[in-house]
Amino acid sequence: MDDETPRFLDCGEAALSVEFGDSVDPVVNARVLALDERLRAAPPAGLRETTPTYRALFLRYEPLEISRVALVAAIEALIGPAGVEASQPPARWTIPCCYDPEFAEDIGEAAALLGQTAQSLAKLHAGADYRAYMYGFAPGWCYLGGLPQALAIPRRVSPRGPTPQGGALIGGALSLIAANPMPTGWYVVGRTPERMFALDRTPPFLVAPGDAVRFEPIDAETFLTLDARALAGETVARRETLL
Amino acid sequence: MSVRLLIEAAGPAVTIQDEGRFGLSRYGVTPAGPMDLGAYRAATRAAGADCAIEVSLGGMTLRSEGATLCVAMAGGDFDIRLDGRPMPPACLLPLADGARLVLRAGPSGAWCYVAVGGTLDLAPTLGSRATHARSGLGPKPLAAGDALMLAEAPAPPLEPMALAAPWLTSSDAPIRILLGPQGDYFTPEEIEAFLNARWRIGARSDRMAYRLEGPAIRHRRGHDIVSDGVAMGAIQIPGDGAPLALMADRQPTGGYPKIATVIGADLGRLAQLRPGEDLSFRAVGWDEAVAARRAYFAAIEAGVTREPLGAEMTTESLLAENLVGGVVNARD
Repeated sequence: MDDETPRFLDCGEAALSVEFGDSVDPVVNARVLALDERLRAAPPAGLRETTPTYRALFLRYEPLEISRVALVAAIEALIGPAGVEASQPPARWTIPCCYDPEFAEDIGEAAALLGQTAQSLAKLHAGADYRAYMYGFAPGWCYLGGLPQALAIPRRVSPRGPTPQGGALIGGALSLIAANPMPTGWYVVGRTPERMFALDRTPPFLVAPGDAVRFEPIDAETFLTLDARALAGETVARRETLL
Repeated sequence: MSVRLLIEAAGPAVTIQDEGRFGLSRYGVTPAGPMDLGAYRAATRAAGADCAIEVSLGGMTLRSEGATLCVAMAGGDFDIRLDGRPMPPACLLPLADGARLVLRAGPSGAWCYVAVGGTLDLAPTLGSRATHARSGLGPKPLAAGDALMLAEAPAPPLEPMALAAPWLTSSDAPIRILLGPQGDYFTPEEIEAFLNARWRIGARSDRMAYRLEGPAIRHRRGHDIVSDGVAMGAIQIPGDGAPLALMADRQPTGGYPKIATVIGADLGRLAQLRPGEDLSFRAVGWDEAVAARRAYFAAIEAGVTREPLGAEMTTESLLAENLVGGVVNARD
């Protein structure tokens, strides 16, 4: 279905899903992010909020201020042909990540399922270029596209116990940074000392949807040093502006 | 002098709510906010408050300390007592220093808003005071022994008043929905079955989701979708076919097909249904949904009517009266 014209799906009379495809796909997600950028740069009157997800942009609007027809027309005017409009990451984050089994509870189990060793899994995970596709589930849970095919892994049938804070997870064809402890069906293959969400820091969220992300392997000792600095309020991940 | 609201008892899921924590859904933040926006606005606007205590079926007891406060309540048909005296389920009253207000579940309705005139001394989190218990944002759910400090309390009314507003009246009319966004995951026959069924609110319903008990709804194309955004009132059909109406504390995104979405004007009515109560749905088009929304918000903006409560007045006599009085503009 990933053709050029998106589908406009009503989510009640005050929200609309602009759906560019039905799969997790970098081209589809880039179109979602491109429309998100354009709408945020020049929001039509009555548009309240946009939420990018893997394959659709969710829009909350006030239908007493803008009709559905006018909103759809405003969106269509912002959408170009597929490929042309794909957005570029505005920034790249380098996120320290410890793959030591002490901090990566499931790395041995996941490696065995994938026919890898813990070392080769860590090398593949840290060697890839990711993009923040969306947040979901809970504040600061950042879903990343770009997981190497060799690390695609079916999620567990029943969830494991709570993840550690800052867990770097893999599940399906995605990676995920889990901001806080929660039960999950994903595999914990690393852990970052960076706080993806911290109320006591400005800004509380670091990585924006659409940003590029890389993991930088660190040893256990470095993890503990950076963890203490992160808890003191420092940002230990690095941001480069790309645009 | 410090003015405090002392919580002497609180059932589970009694929380502070304002209109919600908006603008951060892109970072996975749920808006939260009131389950019944119309009742919330009736209470907060009558009292001159910028947030309210959302009282669950578990009820709440509170006491004023340090001043006479202006308190308004609106929502379901709760049993409200001011120092033992029955009050109508929507009312505006002076809460004298030391007076005790008791709210218990009444004949119907699931949520009641208690708004206290003035500013509660609660720091906003990410721009809002709304409690979202699951992610730990906003004040913790209220519990016995909590004290809320109050600043800039306005003058209380001289006597208790009944509040009346058409949108606070309960009705058995079907809950109106717009089909979709994932209508194409269901056959027309399954959509018909969904619309024709009589549903019951399940026991494990809460601020996150209302479970709907009835016939299992089957998917045409499997029950997994790639997660997308979720509006309040979205009716999600998970793998077991038992619908979930996603409410104020829903996750911001979800991975099950959504057969329909409750229209804005009927969200409060749905929210006020209790576990064990029945409902049905009626599909409407976008135009009808927007017309209903326009009428709903126009009524809220026009304001509630206030009627002084005579000394001998009881809840029963109030119910028998046709409550009319001067219209109070919502912005007063």
